[in-house]
Amino acid sequence: MDPDLVLLLNGIVSGLLLGGLYAAAASGLAVAFGMLDIVNIAHPALMVTGAFTVVALGTWLGLDPLLVAVLQAPLYYLLGVGIYSAYHHFFEKRGEEALQGLAFFFGVMFIIEVGLVMVFGPEQRFLDPSYAYTTWRLGEIDLPLRMLVPGLFAMGCIGLLFLYLHRSFTGLAIAAVAQDAEALRLMAVNPVKIKRLAFGISIALASMAGGALVVVQPVEPSSGQVFIGRVFAICIMGGMASLPGCIMAALLFGVVENVTATFFGPSWSPAVAFGWLLLVLAFRPQGLFGKAA
Amino acid sequence: MQSISRRDFGRLALATAVAGAGASAGVFPALAQVANPIRIGMSMSLSGGLAGNGRAALAAQQIWAADVNAKGGLLGRPVQLVFYDDQTNGGQVPGIYTKLLDVDKVDLVTSPYATAMIAPAMPVVMQHQMCFVTILGAGVNTTFKYDRHFNMNVVGDNMKDTFAKGFLDIADTLATKPRSIAILAVDNDFAQRAAESARFLARQRNIRVVYDRSYPPSTVDFTPTMRAVQAARPDLIYIASYPPDSNGILRAASELRISAQMFGGGMVGPQLAAFQAQLGPILNNLVNWDIFSIEPTMNYPGVAEFLTKYREVAAREQTDVLGNYIPPYAYAQMQVVEQSVARVGRIDQAALAADMHRSEFNTIVGPVKFAESGEWAQDRNLYCQFQGITDGNLERYKAPGAKVILYPPSLKSGTLRTPYGTPA
Amino acid sequence: MNTHLRFWLGAAALGLLLVAALRLLGNDYAYFAGYFVLQYVVLASAWNILGGYAGYVNFGAAGFMAAGAYSAIVLRQALGLDLIPGIIFAALVAGLLGLGTGYLTLRLKGVYFSIATLCLSVVLQTLVVNWDYVGGSRGAYIIRPREIAPFVSYGEYLFIVMLVLAIGAAGIGRTVEMSRLGRGLQAIRDNERAAEAVGVPTLRLKLIATTLCGALMGVAGAPLPYYSGYLNPEAAFSLAYAVNAIAMPLIGGAGTWAGPVIGAVLLASLQQAATVTISSALNLWIVGWMLVIFVALFPKGILGWFRRKA
Repeated sequence: MDPDLVLLLNGIVSGLLLGGLYAAAASGLAVAFGMLDIVNIAHPALMVTGAFTVVALGTWLGLDPLLVAVLQAPLYYLLGVGIYSAYHHFFEKRGEEALQGLAFFFGVMFIIEVGLVMVFGPEQRFLDPSYAYTTWRLGEIDLPLRMLVPGLFAMGCIGLLFLYLHRSFTGLAIAAVAQDAEALRLMAVNPVKIKRLAFGISIALASMAGGALVVVQPVEPSSGQVFIGRVFAICIMGGMASLPGCIMAALLFGVVENVTATFFGPSWSPAVAFGWLLLVLAFRPQGLFGKAA
Repeated sequence: MQSISRRDFGRLALATAVAGAGASAGVFPALAQVANPIRIGMSMSLSGGLAGNGRAALAAQQIWAADVNAKGGLLGRPVQLVFYDDQTNGGQVPGIYTKLLDVDKVDLVTSPYATAMIAPAMPVVMQHQMCFVTILGAGVNTTFKYDRHFNMNVVGDNMKDTFAKGFLDIADTLATKPRSIAILAVDNDFAQRAAESARFLARQRNIRVVYDRSYPPSTVDFTPTMRAVQAARPDLIYIASYPPDSNGILRAASELRISAQMFGGGMVGPQLAAFQAQLGPILNNLVNWDIFSIEPTMNYPGVAEFLTKYREVAAREQTDVLGNYIPPYAYAQMQVVEQSVARVGRIDQAALAADMHRSEFNTIVGPVKFAESGEWAQDRNLYCQFQGITDGNLERYKAPGAKVILYPPSLKSGTLRTPYGTPA
Repeated sequence: MNTHLRFWLGAAALGLLLVAALRLLGNDYAYFAGYFVLQYVVLASAWNILGGYAGYVNFGAAGFMAAGAYSAIVLRQALGLDLIPGIIFAALVAGLLGLGTGYLTLRLKGVYFSIATLCLSVVLQTLVVNWDYVGGSRGAYIIRPREIAPFVSYGEYLFIVMLVLAIGAAGIGRTVEMSRLGRGLQAIRDNERAAEAVGVPTLRLKLIATTLCGALMGVAGAPLPYYSGYLNPEAAFSLAYAVNAIAMPLIGGAGTWAGPVIGAVLLASLQQAATVTISSALNLWIVGWMLVIFVALFPKGILGWFRRKA
């Protein structure tokens, strides 16, 4: 095969795999930010917290990071319920969520990051599953399991979430809360309860994403920072409340980043990725995959 | 009880700092008068991106203070470290040094870890005409030209001509002369200087630069970058990276089965225990810049004892468990201060600076002499190769043989093994 | 007009008093700590013009601030000009940048605008990192003079410059608040469509606000390379500036000119004090908790709380 074509194909494939990780990180935010309108800027920090507890528990129990991520998810669900209750009590109820809520999550992000330094120290932590050093090869295309497994794991989680949102009554209620909370009230469903549930799910997804992150790379307390811009960008490009849109945007973001890195060098990939988002925002504010209002 | 003792470190740190600040503010005047310690002030990154190395350096300096005090102090006075956390934020550094010098009125100042934190301290230190021994800076004084600045770093004052020399000298000994080199560097001061040196010296030796790019520190996936490096088919691969990127680069290289006659360069990360534990055999045959290796040729008096002491406290203080990178130099940095003060016999900044320019120092990282610029008179960039690594067991790094020194010739302790990676 | 005159005279008197008091104290640290606090007064006041009055949350404060800092560096590299021309140039560059951002993003509502400003900051940082003329990723050095004519030290000089800028920023905030511009912006915050319907020229007002906001943030950043003697992109685009620019007005009371001043003085002093006393990761932790507790308990900021009491 033509070497440039191989480079391009591999750039696209590795971008898709990277996109899988981005999808894991962004899906929880798509629920919180896209559906519930909660600008949880601490989401990547919570993901990193998930990663740290995965490393701690996984090392202690000798289990696979992704399995630990699933096992600990109920705890993160409860954490999410707790955070939402505080958020609702102090901000949503007063109708001041926009600005004050944002500052609240900024503060939470700070607290989490520094808290991690205080508990775990500033050093990198890791937990490698046995498959992390294996690479599958399809002809000239490489599929490192380090990237592939977390990507598939993320797709699985998002797929289940999608089914839940579209098939179960509570799931439909979550989707409805995004559209019209008042209508829910008329159906005798308490929108606050539904939102609490949904935010819990969002944080449980952060735990899953933490597990995926551990497989991909070692983590340190500030690892979340490089994801902040990316996950919000992905949610917006994906059209906010749509999970398929979120996945598409995540994959596209990964591909743009990696193809740029392959051919023009990695220094320009963040500028290209974010510059592209700026243009999307300026000319198609409903997102690439969102419907026009 | 481990978790409790871990917190003790924080409290200890807190107590030291508060006592330091309190003494000058007159809260503990009695204490200050009785002990009359020599107070050494510094800013250090205890949180944020450089905290890993910052904490390790501080732990080493505290061991130094304990050692000196156990011997009866300096000039008959105990030494005391007064330190503040700069949060790896250069904007905090000028404030911290004015606080140290104008409010705490410390007797001596030393530096935080690395260029980005040292440089913002310079204007303040110069204003007060203090003697300033810094650690692991790179070229800070080329702009400031301050004659009381001394830097504990092996790079010397001509990084362009010397930094990558070892790597290319080793490459010259290869059976087939290398014809091409790929250079990849992270966007920061140190790595860019390293890459500049590799680029310059490679051209001088007629080695073609077939890939030459920088990457931003926020890069998550190195697969496409390393594949582009691979596609250029270089004989040598020279990478100047920082943690945690070094990890991503090496793993991508292993996944892509990248092979080269020599692979390595100025990567920061493989020197640290966390990397060695995680990457294990991926490090095999990596030829990388270094500052210390526990080989017979570098077994300077005192360094083994120091490392034993350091490793006892490292787990508790959550710093690098081996301490083979920064800590011996942080200890040696304080030894320079100690020996100079002892020789001069009083705290006199001008006399100290004159002594530091004149004298040679015997430290646990070997004899040190400073040039006019305040850098080491003779550069001592090491190039080491990881050999015979089978897993992530860290015990092997406490003895010679795991990380042999290939350059400089005077410290050489092993021979080059090639290639890196399994060739396709 | 009378109240305006009284404000400026009062502020000038307060400033002179402060300078005199610090001179009596005769300690350089006071100047550095003072500078640290005052730069945030400027930054927070700037953020407040767009964020507080119009309700548009700018995440990219660090980007504008860095634009100011690097403008000062460029001017020095190119023409060898000093701090004061640097500040003027920074205001111009960052103001134009604000205007451009406004054109590009002001059709976006709410959080979309915020994310766009965040993107802008990332793009700017990438540009600076790859621009060797201003030092690129290696950073730029600025050798400042040790002393400057009538001032006791360069620290005092920087402090006084920043003091003047801070008084100016607060004054501009106050003027905006009392003018038609401020009332228009508040109408936009309350209900943009309704404001448009009754004939408020929303786009023009917002563009004026972004320009003013950008210029003031640039001004806050211009002395930064002179303050630290060395500036690299990581320090200039530090997340701390973006966070503080939002947190300070909120804690003090957003949408009033005094709110950001109070918030900045309080939070920045706390940070500075924590840095030199607690000296561990704990100090950032305290700042985080402060922010969370303040926004939870005092939703209208300290100022709003006092007003409710009164």
